Amino acid sequence: MKPVNQKAWFLVAPVLLLVAFTAIIPLMTVVNYSVQYVATNAQFHWVGDLWYREVLHSEKFWNALWRNLVFSCIILAIQIPLGVLIALNMPRKGWGVPVCLVLMALPLLIPWYVVGMIWQMFGRVDIGLFGVMLRDFGYNYENDPIDAWFTLVLMDVWHWTSLVAMLAYAGLVSIPDAYYQAARIDGASKWSVFRFIQLPKMGRVLTIAILLRFMDSFMIFTEPFAVIAGGDPVFLSTELKQTVELGQKAAMSIIYFLIILLTSWVFYTVMTRDDGAPRPQGGVS
Amino acid sequence: MLELKDVSRRVDGVDHLVNISMRLEPGALNVLLGPARAGKTSLMRVMAGLDRAGEGAILFNGVDVTGQAVARRNVAMVYQQFINYPGWTVRENIASPLRVKRASREEIEREVGRAAELLRLTPYLERKPLELSGGQQQRVALARAIVKKASLVLLDEPLANLDYKLREELRAELPRLFADAGSVVVYATTEPLEALLLGGNTATMSEGRVTQFGPSGEAYRRPNSLETARTFSDPPLNVLPVENAAQADRYPGARTLAFRAHHLRMERKTAAAHTYTLEVLSSEITGSETYVHLRHGDHRWVMLTHGVHAFEPGSQQTVYVEPDDMMSFQADGRALGHAGKAA
Amino acid sequence: MARIDLDNVRHAYGPDPKSDADFALRRVSHVFEDGGAYALLGPSGCGKTSMLNIISGLVAPTEGRVLFNGEDVTLLSTEKRNIAQVFQFPVVYDSMTVRENLAFPLRNRRMKTDEIARRVDEVLETVGLTALAGRKARGLTADEKQKISLGRGLVRPDVNAVLFDEPLTVVDPQMKWQLRASLRDVHRRSRATMIYVTHDQTEALTFADKVVVMYAGEIVQVGTPAELFERPSHTFVGYFIGSPGMNVVPVAIDGAGVRIGESRVALPAAPVVVDGARIELGVRPEFVKLGAAGIPASVIRVEDAGRYRVAHLSMQGHPIAAMLREGEKIPADPKVSFDPVGVHLYADSWRVALNGAGQ
Repeated sequence: MKPVNQKAWFLVAPVLLLVAFTAIIPLMTVVNYSVQYVATNAQFHWVGDLWYREVLHSEKFWNALWRNLVFSCIILAIQIPLGVLIALNMPRKGWGVPVCLVLMALPLLIPWYVVGMIWQMFGRVDIGLFGVMLRDFGYNYENDPIDAWFTLVLMDVWHWTSLVAMLAYAGLVSIPDAYYQAARIDGASKWSVFRFIQLPKMGRVLTIAILLRFMDSFMIFTEPFAVIAGGDPVFLSTELKQTVELGQKAAMSIIYFLIILLTSWVFYTVMTRDDGAPRPQGGVS
Repeated sequence: MLELKDVSRRVDGVDHLVNISMRLEPGALNVLLGPARAGKTSLMRVMAGLDRAGEGAILFNGVDVTGQAVARRNVAMVYQQFINYPGWTVRENIASPLRVKRASREEIEREVGRAAELLRLTPYLERKPLELSGGQQQRVALARAIVKKASLVLLDEPLANLDYKLREELRAELPRLFADAGSVVVYATTEPLEALLLGGNTATMSEGRVTQFGPSGEAYRRPNSLETARTFSDPPLNVLPVENAAQADRYPGARTLAFRAHHLRMERKTAAAHTYTLEVLSSEITGSETYVHLRHGDHRWVMLTHGVHAFEPGSQQTVYVEPDDMMSFQADGRALGHAGKAA
Repeated sequence: MARIDLDNVRHAYGPDPKSDADFALRRVSHVFEDGGAYALLGPSGCGKTSMLNIISGLVAPTEGRVLFNGEDVTLLSTEKRNIAQVFQFPVVYDSMTVRENLAFPLRNRRMKTDEIARRVDEVLETVGLTALAGRKARGLTADEKQKISLGRGLVRPDVNAVLFDEPLTVVDPQMKWQLRASLRDVHRRSRATMIYVTHDQTEALTFADKVVVMYAGEIVQVGTPAELFERPSHTFVGYFIGSPGMNVVPVAIDGAGVRIGESRVALPAAPVVVDGARIELGVRPEFVKLGAAGIPASVIRVEDAGRYRVAHLSMQGHPIAAMLREGEKIPADPKVSFDPVGVHLYADSWRVALNGAGQ
C-alpha cells in the first residue's frame, strides 16, 4: 500500500466538531424527539411513527405547508426578477459602484428581530407611516390574515431582495466585455443580450440565490414571530406555535427538513445538469 | 533522477495516462510534446504529486515518492498564466521560496541578485509584477523557480501566452537557466519546433500515452511510429496509404508511407524519386518560404518550398519525393527499418 | 464590401493626452483596399488592437476620421457599421446549439429561414463543425468554441469587413493550419475585406496579401510578405519578421562599403546618409554564408530546428546568426560572408537606398 499522510484529519477535526455540535447533534435530537412522547416530568416513551401519522393526517399541517409553499413561491417570483432587474441597472464602474453596494447591503446588515420591530411599527394603523397610508383601504395586519401575509411578503422582499441583486451583480460583472462587443456586432437586441449572455452567465449565482431564498423563506418563523410577539393573530405557521407537544413539533420539523432537502437537491441537479460535459485539460479556461 | 514505472491514471472511466514509463535525468531539458488534451498537464500533475497515479510508481533518486504530498517533494512549477504575488515587489516575489526555507538575509540577497541577473530583471526589482510586460512577468515566475533550487522543475507551456519574439528570446535562454542547479526539468509544449529548438530529450504524447522518448533530433528524424511522426510534424505530416504493387515491392511490409512537408520538392534530386501531379488547393507565402496545399486523393498534402512562388488554386503541379525521405509504417503504425534503433 | 480609410487617426486611452507617449496610436493614415486580406502585425502594446477596435467602432478615436467607401463613419456605432469581428478568446452563446450560434447574427437581421439554413451549412463545413452542429455550445472544448466564433464572423454575406483579433491563440498548431487555409479559401471566394490582427509572423504572412507592421503606435512598413522579408524598411521589421530575425550590426561607412571592426564589406554604391546618423548593417540569417573566405567568426552554439539549423556565431565581437539547410556542414574554421542580395544599410534604424542589388 502507498503511504498515506493521516495528519490532514487533525486539520479537519475542528470543523467536524463544529458541524457536529451545530447541525448533526441537534438534528439527531429532533429525530429522537419525533419518535417519542415526552411527558411533563421529562419522561420519554417510545411511540414509533405516531407523530408522523398524526401530522400527515392533520388538515392544519397541510394548510400551513400550503401557505408556506405559496409564500415561498410568491417571494421568489418577486425577489428573483426584481433582484436581477436591479443588478442590470447598477453601474459597472466609477464611484457609483461602492455607493450602490453599501446601500444594497444595508437591509442585510439589520438583524431579523429588528426587521420585525421596524415593520411592526411601520405597519401600525395608528402611528406607522405605512399602516396609516393603507388604513383607508382597510389594511390592518393585526387582525386580517391576508394583510398580515401581505406585510410579511413586503417585509421579506425589503429585507432580502438586495441579496439576490448583489449575487446577480457578481454574476454580471464577471462577463468579459468581448461578449457584449460580439453581441453588438451580431446585431443582438437588448432582450437577446439578456436572454443569451447575461442570463446564462448568471445561471450559477441565480441557482444559489434561489436555493438560499427558498430555504430561508420556507422556514419563515422568525420574522413574523417578532411582528406578532405579544399578540395572538392568525399566522403562517400557526401550527408550530400552538402545538404544545414536543414530539409532534419534532416530527413536523423533520418533515419540513426533508421537503427542503429534497427540493434543493432536485433543483440543484436540474440547474447544473448541463455542466457535466468533459472539461479541457490543458487549454485556457 | 525521476523515474516513472507503468504510471496510469483514470478519471471517471476516462484514461488520462496510460502505462507511462520513463527516466528523466537532470542536466538536459525533457520536453513533453503533444496536442492539447494529449495528457501533458496530467502527467506533470502526477509528477508533482498534485494528482495521484492510479497505478504504477514514481521514484525520485530511487526513493518511492508515489503517495507523497506535493509540499514535501521540493517541486517548482511555472504555468502558462503568469502567476506571481501581485502585492509584492519583484524582489519579494523572487525571494519568497527562500523565505519559506528560512534562508539567511545574505543568502536571500545573493540568490535573488543572481537569478535577477540571469533573467535580466535587475532594473525591475522594486516594481510590482503587474507593472511589467508579459515576458518580464513570466521571467519573475521563472526566477522564483530558479532560486527554489527544486529537484523537479515543471514548466507547463510557459511561453504560450507570450509574443512570438519574446518567446524566441526566452526559449534560447531556458535550457541554460536550470543547467547548473542539478534539477530535473520538464517542459510541456504543443509546438514541434519548440521541442527541437530547446534541445534535450522529447517525449511525444498522444491520447495519454508516451509514444517515444529520446533525444529530440532522434525522435524527429527517426520516429518509431506513425503517431510519433504525426505529433512531431508542423506543418502536418503528409500521409500516403500503400495501395499498389510497385509501392509494396519498394517498401515491403509497409501499409502507410509518410514524409514531411519540406521533403516534397518541385525538382527531382535522383532518378528514383516518386513523382506526383496534383491539384493546388491554396498557397501561403511567409516571406522566405511558400506553403502549398495540394490534393492527393482524400488527403491534403502540404509542400514547403524556399523562396516566393505564385501558385494558382486549381492548377496542376508536378512534385517529387525522394525515397530516402520516405518513412514507412506497418499496419499497426510501427515504423519499419529503424524501429529497433529508435526505441 | 468596403474600402476602409483611416485618416490621421490618433488615439489615447487617458484623458487630455499631451506628448506622443500618451497616445496608443500616434498618428495613423492608411487605406485598406476593398476586398483585400490584411494583417496588422506587431508586438503587444503596439496599438494594433486599438486600431482594429477603431475600425469596428468599439473604440472612438481621439482624433481623425474613419471612412467606409468614402463615407465618414467615425461617429457611427458598431451595429450601424455592418462589420463582423472575431475575438482572441471564444465568445459563444452557451445555451444555444452550434447551429443556432451561427444562425444568430442572420436571424437578428431577419434573413429568410431557408437562406439562413443554407448559409449556416456552408459555414459549418468551412470551419469543420458539421459533425457538432446539433450540440450545445456549453460542453465544447476551447478550440471548438473558437471555431464557432470564427463561423459567426464569416456567416454574414454582406458585411463591410471581417475583423480578426488574434483568433487562433487558443487553437492547436495542427488545427491552425486547417483554419488558416479555410480562412484563405473563404477570402478567395467571398472577396470580403479582411483585417487580421496578430503578433505571430507566420499567421500574418500566410494569411495576408498585405501586411501592416506596427511598432510603438505607428505603422513602420506596409508590404507584401516578400517585400517585408526581402527589404525591411526599418530594423524593427527585420527583427520582428523572420525567425531568427535579421542580424543588425553597427558599422562605419567607408566609401562604397562599410567597416565591421577590422573587416570591410563592399556595397554596390556609396550610401548617402545624414552626418552623425547611427549606421547599421542588416542581413537576414538566410543570407549569411559560412565558408572559407570572409570575416572570421567563432561558433557559440547551434540550434537544430529539424529541417534547418541555426548557427549562432561571434563575429568581431558582434553576435550573428546563420541559417544552414538540411545536410549543410559548418566548416572547421568558419568565415562569414553575405549574399549581396540580402545586405541592407540602416541609418537611425531606417533603410538607406543603395543603388544596385537588393533594390
